[in-house]
Amino acid sequence: MKTLLVGEYREGTLLDSTYELFGFAAQLGADTAMLLVGSDGQLPAYGGTLYLADAAVCGEYNPDLHKKLVLEAVQKENPDYIVFVHSSYGWDLAPRVAAALKAAQVSEVIAITPGGFEVGCCNAKMRRTVKPSSAKAVLTIQAGAFPVLKPGGTPQVQRLAAEGSAALEFIGYEPAEPKDVDLGRAEVIVTAGRGVGKKDNVAVIAALAKAMGGELGASRPVVDAEWVSHSHQVGTTGQTVSPKLYVACGVSGAIQHLAGMKKSDFIIAINKDRDAPIGEVADVLVVADVMQFVPKLTAKLAS
Amino acid sequence: MKLLVCIKQVPDLESRFKPNTEGSWFNEADLAWRMNEYDEYAVEQAVQLREQLGDSAELTVLSIGPDRVVEAIKKTLAMGADNAVHIQDPAAATKDPWQIASIIAAYAKDKGFDLIFTGMQSQDRGSAQVGVTIAELLGYSCATTLVGFAFDNGTVTAKRELEGGIKGVVKLKTPALVTCQLGLNIPRYPTLPNIMKAKRKEITALAVADLLTVEPLARTASFHSPAKKGGGIVLEGDVDNLVDQLIGILKDKTAVLR
Ligand SMILES: Cc1cc2nc3c(=O)[nH]c(=O)nc-3n(C[C@H](O)[C@H](O)[C@H](O)COP(=O)(O)OP(=O)(O)OC[C@H]3O[C@@H](n4cnc5c(N)ncnc54)[C@H](O)[C@@H]3O)c2cc1C
Ligand SMILES: Nc1ncnc2c1ncn2[C@@H]1O[C@H](COP(=O)(O)O)[C@@H](O)[C@H]1O
Repeated sequence: MKTLLVGEYREGTLLDSTYELFGFAAQLGADTAMLLVGSDGQLPAYGGTLYLADAAVCGEYNPDLHKKLVLEAVQKENPDYIVFVHSSYGWDLAPRVAAALKAAQVSEVIAITPGGFEVGCCNAKMRRTVKPSSAKAVLTIQAGAFPVLKPGGTPQVQRLAAEGSAALEFIGYEPAEPKDVDLGRAEVIVTAGRGVGKKDNVAVIAALAKAMGGELGASRPVVDAEWVSHSHQVGTTGQTVSPKLYVACGVSGAIQHLAGMKKSDFIIAINKDRDAPIGEVADVLVVADVMQFVPKLTAKLAS
Repeated sequence: MKLLVCIKQVPDLESRFKPNTEGSWFNEADLAWRMNEYDEYAVEQAVQLREQLGDSAELTVLSIGPDRVVEAIKKTLAMGADNAVHIQDPAAATKDPWQIASIIAAYAKDKGFDLIFTGMQSQDRGSAQVGVTIAELLGYSCATTLVGFAFDNGTVTAKRELEGGIKGVVKLKTPALVTCQLGLNIPRYPTLPNIMKAKRKEITALAVADLLTVEPLARTASFHSPAKKGGGIVLEGDVDNLVDQLIGILKDKTAVLR
């Protein structure tokens, strides 16, 4: 079995997530080759074949050109699987490659099972096992689902030159919004999720945070609806936190949220849904309505 | 200018999901349905562009699914879409993303849409494939995960959301397809007068058999609950009692209450 792994490179740096691809390939027990649009100064620590195209020439984000490069490497390697990280780079490029090859794509793989590839569904509440029926398949793996593996060594570089015009023009990066709250220092974080119901109810969660001597956190929908400012957002597109105590109020536990808080020492979730995926990481799941439970908890703590 | 937005109807995700008899997807009985959250942002962006362009533009909504999806379609008409296409398919849930994208591309290929909007992913299937695959099949340029959108003179300026809150700014020329991320805009609620107006808008029904020409590329071998892991405690029952139990645990297990 053979995999072509597609590494990631951004703002002049090889991304660490690239090494999760090696972790996945090792679990699959597959031979590997890698394709990277990157630079000579940032080669992965890996002794196998590396198809390398120069990001300074091809652009770091240029999906039409990157697709061509992947297809060129596929032609040379004839892999069974072409594997990406399920990231803003991977979920953007993978379907383009799959369509060109008329190959199945399995998105956001979390495990390899005898029946096929395991993926989450229904907002992470359920699982599916998916089996490609095409000869080749394109996979994206969930960030953090497979171990980081640094094979070590120096790659045998085969250079790919990219040609052709792009339908899409990359203008540049815009930095993340500055954060006026540093949740990373907080020992206690009490987070408001969409389950709090409405903007006015956020005050109830903030009051619990205060009673516990902690900071207010927020899930993304609460930020998107402008109930709480972005600087309070926890998750892949917010802050990554690991306080001594994390209290998630009306948060379902989507992967992008868990990625930002699952390393907390002790996690309490308050949710009316006993099956909410937050239960998978919570030390204590209180099955209750937040608006009934939280005010009473705050009052008891204050007294 | 011709605009198309693709929407999917999904179950309320706070529901309890049980496998269907084939064990390939969930049993649809007793579920409540609504529009895929990501698609609400797609519809809102398309409606805003329709308003910007005025009467020279036409916004069509498309959804593949059983009769219930007409409810979601009606909502988009009340939000401001001009007309809609319902591709009738009681078995849409068993089709893979490749087939869904192929059906939409087969419908769209001779219609001359300048700009197509989709959600970045569906909340139930979550493949994040259908939009990009439609673009590939139609030969449109495509940008994914939009948290910013502007249109001027045949060019879309899009802000893509990257990890850690960084954004990538790209420009693409029509014909193009964009996939929309949470927070792109604030989707409007349909007003009563607009709901009434929407009743006069046309919904064309098409049979899926006339548009589907490809076999699936992947198969769902099983649909199941996650293996329960972690030794977390679950507390249930009377609220006052729960408060006391939780305070007991906080005292024992954390330093928060000294
Ligand atoms: C690329 C990408 C990046 C993302 N980045 C982030 C990120 O950084 N951070 C983030 O949070 N999300 C992020 N998301 C969004 C994420 O996928 C989820 O949509 C989001 O985390 C859900 O927020 P939520 O749990 O508050 O809302 P929901 O998923 O709607 O969950 C609400 C929960 O509240 C419960 N509930 C409802 N009413 C009550 C009540 N009265 N009492 C008690 N419980 C109640 C429900 O049972 C449910 O479990 C990202 C998504 C994508 C695609
Ligand atoms: N049955 C459908 N009908 C119309 N559009 C769909 C359908 N399924 C998916 N889509 C569109 O494709 C996007 C991505 O879906 P998915 O690839 O399933 O994650 C959704 O946000 C919708 O815009």
